[in-house]
Amino acid sequence: MGKDKVSAPAKAQVRRKTDWARTWKIIRKNKAVYFMLLPVILYYVLFHYKPMYGVIIAFMDYNPRRGIDFNDWVGLQHFKDFFTGYYFGRLLANTLKLSFATLLIGFPIPIILALLINELRSKKFSKIVQSITYMPHFVSMVVLCAMVRQFVGGNGFITAFMSLFGYEGGNLLANGKYWIPIYVVSNIWQGAGWGSIVYLAALTSIDSQLYDAAKVDGANRWKQTIHVTIPSILPTIIIMLIMRVGQIMGIGYEKTLLLYNEGIYDVADIISTYVYRMGLLNRQFSFSTAVGLFNSVVNFALVIIANQISKKTTETSLW
Amino acid sequence: MAKKDRDMMDSAPKVKLSRGERIFGVFNIIILSLFTIACLYPFWYVIVASFSESNLLMSHPEALMLPLGWSTKAYEYVFNTKAIWTGYGNTIFYVVVGTAINIFMTLLAAYFLSRKNLPGKTFFTIFIMFTMYFSGGMIPGYLNIQDLHLYNTRWVLLLHGALSTYNLIIMRTAMSGIDDSLTESAMLDGAGHMTILWKILVPLCKATIAVLVLYYGVAHWNSWFPAFIYLDDDAKGKTMQPLQIVLRRILILTDMTDTGGAEDAAQIAETIKYATIIVSTVPILCLYPFLQKYFTKGVMVGAVKG
Repeated sequence: MGKDKVSAPAKAQVRRKTDWARTWKIIRKNKAVYFMLLPVILYYVLFHYKPMYGVIIAFMDYNPRRGIDFNDWVGLQHFKDFFTGYYFGRLLANTLKLSFATLLIGFPIPIILALLINELRSKKFSKIVQSITYMPHFVSMVVLCAMVRQFVGGNGFITAFMSLFGYEGGNLLANGKYWIPIYVVSNIWQGAGWGSIVYLAALTSIDSQLYDAAKVDGANRWKQTIHVTIPSILPTIIIMLIMRVGQIMGIGYEKTLLLYNEGIYDVADIISTYVYRMGLLNRQFSFSTAVGLFNSVVNFALVIIANQISKKTTETSLW
Repeated sequence: MAKKDRDMMDSAPKVKLSRGERIFGVFNIIILSLFTIACLYPFWYVIVASFSESNLLMSHPEALMLPLGWSTKAYEYVFNTKAIWTGYGNTIFYVVVGTAINIFMTLLAAYFLSRKNLPGKTFFTIFIMFTMYFSGGMIPGYLNIQDLHLYNTRWVLLLHGALSTYNLIIMRTAMSGIDDSLTESAMLDGAGHMTILWKILVPLCKATIAVLVLYYGVAHWNSWFPAFIYLDDDAKGKTMQPLQIVLRRILILTDMTDTGGAEDAAQIAETIKYATIIVSTVPILCLYPFLQKYFTKGVMVGAVKG
């Protein structure tokens, strides 16, 4: 024992040395594979990590003609301006409202849809339902938003349908009250069918013996669903939920940009559309980068928190 | 498989359904039928509206089952709108070349990440995955494109998303699933990494590659935002704009100058919009039934995270 203790550090050193030598040998032997990786590294550096460095202009008064210049350093000024500015509260509230509405209503529907499709006895009907409900996923964002604008416009059939219930306001998109419902419902139309695929896949991989055992115990279909089906697809649900949490702050600026109008900015303007207008239309590069950075950081924190909670409570996690 | 067993048991005459289960079955069919119809109807409406007569359509806001009158005038405008066909040509270029670049890059990255015991694998995995959760944001991205002199060039649409990390994970999962003994014995026979990737792994992962070709292709077809911010709206930019940008002008901004600027174009703007939607969406929706199984397969591979 004593002898071992004395020689342990020396041994470790020798081992480390040979480890390095061995690693180097493996790299040299496989140098082709590292050459193959070069374009990939170059891509990530140029198009992902370089912009991450570019975030530094959030702390400067960036001037496009001079480029990144540390003499323009202003510290946290832009963040202060944003947090104390007129729009901060409204933007944060709108972003969170839209996100949570989409999450709360949009997240469970694909799961319910998958469970219902799974209960169908007719294979043929199930195929038809699946094929048709997946289809809207392939409609482009521009076309989807064009369809929404037509249908809820002054002359649209959804507006006409609403007027059966006494609505008389014309274009629904001109009325802030309908912004979130329009956004959420069109999301469901486009995404619910496609979103159910992943749960259907999880459902088909459930061991049928579990159902047999439940039946022997006298469980009816409903009890089987509660005690066998849902627990079996829970890991999939949790992974999907964490991934959705990762999109909370980044929610739908493409769709919002195509659907909103100045008249409903007070409910429809979200942080990312504000970044677009301040940055690309008003050319306030530093300020809008600061706003965007706030958004990215909050989002990143949310993913980490969601992942940690899930890891602790359910042992399911992204990493 | 498990589901099949269950279905067989259920349909066996011995198993009697309780009253509650039968009622649920009927309700289930009704609910799913309604949802399916709700998914289908907007498409149907666009089709019948595009063939309707514009003045009739304008005075009839209610839902339609059949065209109001019959007119193909809107389609004549769309087919005579040069911008749409320029956009079509550009989009096809971005889809074909962009997807080729995407697949090449994805294969290279997935090959490295699916090898065992290569030094640096953990580092590069984190290096790549981190970009899924954090990004510089819209403005630094935009300034970066200008800095790289890619602004208002075709290259920007081909390169700025040369690789999708999500699709890379799908590819890596597929490559990791291939028996090591195959690649190891090829190694012993003196095959290099390039040979192993192109001669062994690519043929064996054909199905997954097909899925990714579809994913990347559809993404290029539908993408509008990068072209919106990275291409100028000047004469030079207009020659490079993909179809979705032209669509945005016609459908969202109701800018009918593209449609030959004819006077009555404004009068039938509504039906022109519907016809434009049909002309731009039909290629994907026509391909869809044949390719559906590949699309869904990709979701399932992606769900089994690597």
